[in-house]
Amino acid sequence: MISIQNLTKQFGATVAVQNLSFDVDEGQVFGLIGPDGAGKTTTLRVISTAMRPTSGRVTVGGVDVTRDPGAVNQLIGYMPQRFALYPDLTVLENLNFFADILGSPRAQRAALLARLLGFSRLTEFQTRLARNLSGGMQKKLALAATLMHTPRVLLLDEPTTGVDPVSRREFWDLLTEVHLQNVTIVISTPYLDEAERCARVGLMYRGQLIACDDPRTLRDEMRAVVFEAQSEHALRARKLIEQGEGVLTVSTHGDLLRVIVDRAERAATIQTAWQTNGIAISDLRAVKPRLEDAFVLMLTADGRPPTVEQNAVSRQRSAVG
Amino acid sequence: MNSRLLSIIRKEILHILRDPRSLAIMFIIPIVQLILLGYAATTDIRRLNTAVYDADRTMQSRQLIEAYRASDYFAIRYNVGNETAMAELLDRGDVRAGIIIPAGYGDHLAKGKAAQVAFLIDGSDPAVASTAFAASQSVGQAQSIKILQQRLGVDVAQLGGIEIRPRVWYNPELKSASYMIPAVMGMILQFLTTLFTALTIVREREQGTIEQLVVTPIKSWELVVGKVVPYIGVAFFDLAEVLLIGVLLFDVPIRGNVPLLLVLSLLFLLTTLGFGLLISAVARTQQEAMFLSFLVMLPGIFLSGFFFPLEAMPWWLQAVSHIIPLRYMLVILRGIILKGVGLPPLMDQVIALAILGPLIFMAASLRFRKSLE
Repeated sequence: MISIQNLTKQFGATVAVQNLSFDVDEGQVFGLIGPDGAGKTTTLRVISTAMRPTSGRVTVGGVDVTRDPGAVNQLIGYMPQRFALYPDLTVLENLNFFADILGSPRAQRAALLARLLGFSRLTEFQTRLARNLSGGMQKKLALAATLMHTPRVLLLDEPTTGVDPVSRREFWDLLTEVHLQNVTIVISTPYLDEAERCARVGLMYRGQLIACDDPRTLRDEMRAVVFEAQSEHALRARKLIEQGEGVLTVSTHGDLLRVIVDRAERAATIQTAWQTNGIAISDLRAVKPRLEDAFVLMLTADGRPPTVEQNAVSRQRSAVG
Repeated sequence: MNSRLLSIIRKEILHILRDPRSLAIMFIIPIVQLILLGYAATTDIRRLNTAVYDADRTMQSRQLIEAYRASDYFAIRYNVGNETAMAELLDRGDVRAGIIIPAGYGDHLAKGKAAQVAFLIDGSDPAVASTAFAASQSVGQAQSIKILQQRLGVDVAQLGGIEIRPRVWYNPELKSASYMIPAVMGMILQFLTTLFTALTIVREREQGTIEQLVVTPIKSWELVVGKVVPYIGVAFFDLAEVLLIGVLLFDVPIRGNVPLLLVLSLLFLLTTLGFGLLISAVARTQQEAMFLSFLVMLPGIFLSGFFFPLEAMPWWLQAVSHIIPLRYMLVILRGIILKGVGLPPLMDQVIALAILGPLIFMAASLRFRKSLE
């Protein structure tokens, strides 16, 4: 449904997206993840025709976004990261306005509005000004507005960022409904638990696609072992083993230590190191690798500075909360 | 009409109605500006504060002072006893003019000799000074002729000579309000359309809504026209408002054809809306847009003949003034409202606007692209 070949987008001297290629099948939910500044938003903007590619070819439903942006506009619904509806118009006025300019037929308008208002649970708020909606409701309204012309493809740029967990779940329920109508969805998200709900995931880093596969394969292909332990001196414990042989990354979350090593046998060596240094450890156990671990490893490989990625990923982790 | 265009117009009207502050600016500011400028920007100089030092104290000297007072140009506020006191009053700005009648004035006149009177004028404000200067001379000469007539016992008018009979056309009472108010209309039209067009487009960019708009099948021209049309409506409403107040409050005569005025205003609006679009293409925030609008408008007002006649400016400034649309509009406004002229004498202005308008609008449309970049 979407095909991206060698997409590059530059802003002056800055390369936002570099030689990016991937395809999204019809009816697929595709997740774009990566730290801030990785190029996710730029990629979505190019697909949506909001920006022109510097080079490369992007097609949606076989239509080239540069050659016939008008036709692509009819096929897609794009929800920018920032709330982009009119705060001084009501829910209904916003929906009607976008229905008008998206050319949705007047005859079925009432039915469509009723359906989308019900779908987004906004029926009772239809006369409220958009600025007076909660963050979660604004997101649902924005989603409803992008669906006014029943697009075949939905492009969602971090639609759940800054939204409370309950609203996030609701939003995904809505997405599932849309998905069931065979709409192709490309969603960028900083939440890796959301990425696990996608059929395929692309990890972007500094404008490039580092990995692209279904989440389970990415996780399973990780040839590493993850274990966790509890310690009151987690920071000291971390410092001690960080440079150790076979230790890939160590992260701390309060008194929880999360250690990724290349082989299961490393656990014993590390435990000894802690004991000899008098660091009390409890509850050491091997845990199931998460998608996040896979990405941390991918980003720390290839000699990329680990600190940057760890910051980025820990931002994502704290967002997952 | 195209339904996308209509829905943009409808949306824009909602934006206007939902923003009480802008509404107030649009409909109250013109009234305030008109009233302020109508009263304050007056060049009618009357009843200047004046001090008198009468060292003569004769019937003749009192007659001269009375002649100045009666002319209505001078209001005698102070009688001082020496020149130092008069200088102090002038220094402090308490008076703008001073009359010094030396001792022996009446005596000289009685003996048929020439008598001298000193007239001091505060020249710091040239407009005031030149009026005071002219009035001091004409009142003095009239008084002088009167004295001569008395001495000769003849009517000077019977002696022949030249008699000038000035007849002032269009604004016989020389009221500056009649001159200023048509100009204020032009300024208000420009102010509203340039500023609000720039603001409404920059707002879409600033609040991020443009990102949603650019991925819709909407065309650039539809967006621009749809956004601009409601403001043309507002501009015409204001025009009517200002005309009405001008007539009711300032007795501005509307001698010409109002429909012609409206048609030519539309031509003028094309240029001001174009400026607004140009600004919106450059400015990134509403603050920047506002700042740029003022930057464009202020020199325009000074170079349009609003306050100062263009003929008096150096040639290079006059040359610059040719690219300022308000310059042409002021001639049209004053021509139609004050002189009651029709289209033929205004053809030069109409042609200039007809060239400038599409030019500015096209430049702006080229700069305005339906894209995020």
